[in-house]
Amino acid sequence: MSKFRLSRQTSQRIAFALISLAALVVVAPIFFIVGYIVYEGASAISWEFLTAYPYNGMKSGGLLPAIVGTLWLTAGTAIVAVPIGIGAAIYLSEYAKDNTLTRAIRVAIINLAGIPSVVYGLFGLGLFVIFLNFGTSILAGSLTLGIMTLPVIISTAEEALRAVPQSFRLVSVSLGGTHWQTIRRVVLPQALPGIITGVILGLERAAGETAPILFTVAAFFLPRLPKSVFDQTMALPYHLYVISTQVPGMPVQIQYGTALVLLIFVLSMNVIATLIRNHYRKQRFW
Amino acid sequence: MTNEHEEQQKRSLSWLEFLIERAIQVSGVSAIALVVLIFLFLIKEGAPAFFKVPLSSLFAARWYPIESYFGLLPLVMGSMIVTIGAAVVSLPLGLATAIFIAEIAPDWVRDILKPFVEVLAGIPSVVIGFIGMLVFAPLIRVALDIPTGLTAFTGVLLLAWMALPTVVSVAEDVLDAVPKTYRDAGLALGMTRWQVIWRIVLPAGRSGVLMALMLGVGRAIGETMTVMMVTGNAARIPTGLRDFFMPVRTMTATIAAEMGEVAQGSPHYHVLFAVGLTLFVITFIVNMAAASVVFRQVKRAERMLA
Amino acid sequence: MAGDVKIRIEDFGLRYSDGTESLHDITLDVYANQINVFFGPSGGGKSTLLRAMNRLNDLTDVVQQTGRILLDGEDVSRPTYDVVRLRRRVGIVFARPVVLPMSIYRNITYGLELAGVRDRETLDAAVTRSLQQSALWDEVHDRLGEPAHALSGGQQQRLCLARVLALQPEVILLDEPTSGLDPISTAKIEATMQELKSDYTFVIVPHSVQQAARVADWAAFFLQGELIEHGVGRDMFLKPKNTKTEDYITGRFG
Repeated sequence: MSKFRLSRQTSQRIAFALISLAALVVVAPIFFIVGYIVYEGASAISWEFLTAYPYNGMKSGGLLPAIVGTLWLTAGTAIVAVPIGIGAAIYLSEYAKDNTLTRAIRVAIINLAGIPSVVYGLFGLGLFVIFLNFGTSILAGSLTLGIMTLPVIISTAEEALRAVPQSFRLVSVSLGGTHWQTIRRVVLPQALPGIITGVILGLERAAGETAPILFTVAAFFLPRLPKSVFDQTMALPYHLYVISTQVPGMPVQIQYGTALVLLIFVLSMNVIATLIRNHYRKQRFW
Repeated sequence: MTNEHEEQQKRSLSWLEFLIERAIQVSGVSAIALVVLIFLFLIKEGAPAFFKVPLSSLFAARWYPIESYFGLLPLVMGSMIVTIGAAVVSLPLGLATAIFIAEIAPDWVRDILKPFVEVLAGIPSVVIGFIGMLVFAPLIRVALDIPTGLTAFTGVLLLAWMALPTVVSVAEDVLDAVPKTYRDAGLALGMTRWQVIWRIVLPAGRSGVLMALMLGVGRAIGETMTVMMVTGNAARIPTGLRDFFMPVRTMTATIAAEMGEVAQGSPHYHVLFAVGLTLFVITFIVNMAAASVVFRQVKRAERMLA
Repeated sequence: MAGDVKIRIEDFGLRYSDGTESLHDITLDVYANQINVFFGPSGGGKSTLLRAMNRLNDLTDVVQQTGRILLDGEDVSRPTYDVVRLRRRVGIVFARPVVLPMSIYRNITYGLELAGVRDRETLDAAVTRSLQQSALWDEVHDRLGEPAHALSGGQQQRLCLARVLALQPEVILLDEPTSGLDPISTAKIEATMQELKSDYTFVIVPHSVQQAARVADWAAFFLQGELIEHGVGRDMFLKPKNTKTEDYITGRFG
């Protein structure tokens, strides 16, 4: 009596088919989501939509304050996260020795990366809005988003720094360079494209986040532009959330239009980062 | 250059360098300071909850803050269902995609696929929640003939999908780390490519796959906006399989939805912080576990190569 | 034929953190304006001793160092000596040519820029002079702005030599500088050393006994961290005093 067994070839074909199906299930929705938003939202996009203020309880008008607000927050996040992030990356890559302190720093970074975004919102509320009395403001929001973005920037920047060949450092030192001179003149410039890519990707994430700004900066109906870092502001992600869940009678087209604007904002950063990375990768000879 | 000039240059340079290197050191240590700071603040605002609200009611089954019911159980269970479900779904899918990208797909497909997975990572969660709410949930409602499409099930599917970039990238690294010699040995023994993957590569990358799972869990547990928009936000304890297709509420959604309306210093306020503290601790544990897997793996690799 | 002593190595020993004892009680003189050769089978500690002379070993995990190294009578191995200044006085060319990711011009001026030299004329003069000294001027003088990695291997190595020469050091160390190069490039570098030795002191770890025999004014034979023999180059290779030296030179081991 022979047991029925699939031939090895058949097993492989079945397995590969299932796997390809799985990959399709993963990738196809991306097209669908982006495509559908474009399809439904494109009609809402107009020059007025992008540059006018909203009125009529948000049901008409434009997105200008939300767009500007998101720009402010992204810039603020950059100011907070980039210097500290790159500094920490330089420390880990070029200065840190293999000891307990270094391991503790790495563990801390892993943890910072894993904290839920809404918990960052709570932290921002507790420390910046209330304790330090900044109130709901761009300042509080930027600090919160900045700390949240820190681990991403540190990780990618450190990787970029480590990729620079050790031989460059040796040559620089042998010509009479100090540690910092070597970093500043050789290592950092060579790592810069990778660092910039990481920064852009980190900022892209920060621009799309809602939970951290819920209690720290976001306002719903604020039809004027923020004038200082102590002002509240509208922001695209929060705006999308509110108009899709809390405004009755909101025209669907505007909802999709808002989603589309947010998507374009975020994905174009993605594209820029990828372009930078590919361009400089080709130029490198190491 | 005269010696004197050199000396003067050196003195001012080393001054500046000293400051810069100090700043770099401070930046490095700041990560630790921040984690501690966050933890302290969560405790500061969350601990009062345990004094103002009797413990027994915190572990009760009813979450209705307006009438001072602060039972955390439905929230915790909501988070757990959605998270575990998402992890269970995303692991095989992510693994399969990683295998597809790394071992099966021809180069041109790979070059298109990888950026697309990255695009997925870039889509804001509020956008995914938005589409989930407007398009996906109604589809599910119709397809499964249930009263509403805003359910735990919907949340699981969307969350699993959002966790995919993390799982795929870790799985990819794991598959890459398996030495080519292993694969070559299998092929030399006459195994098909699939057999090599199934019997050699995957088992070799076991701990990495575990880490991918844990990171996926970490990602899913912390997700806020998507679950807030598609899981229906009903704080009930799920009691059976049927409840999988009913609305639930996660810890994250609770915080996000209610924090805005809460009076500072009220018991509700403190309880929400306590929920946040719980989330912090859970993700801390999960991340430490994932990190220790990594460290152990590194040590084993060092032993093998030594 | 002794001449002035440029570097005196006194009872020098060095041990790494993994317990390997790289060098053991070396006492040796390096003579000014000569080509000094450290040769011997690999693992003998020659590279380590070479790098000790410009304290590049400070960057590695050296756990114990004994003895002294004196440059013009001054102890440069003591921790308080200015390492940066030492490396400008004692330059090094490595085995693999490592050009910095910059133009040919900037590769050469890099060391000067590190030292704070900014005057364009000084830099230009240094570039011209060092490229002429390393016999590279004719080949690259019209494309100084091009990236250095576009040069051939032999040219890159001569560029590395020019880079060191730009700082006008007193001593030039060379660690198997021609090991990856073709015979013509090798010959060019060896010829350059002969031309320049009236202005500089050379210490070279050659990559073959033949090269050692070709260039050595003075030679020192190292075996497993110990100095076996030291003497005039010609004598060392024609009639070595120690049997171990002889065995190595004649190829009985290596």
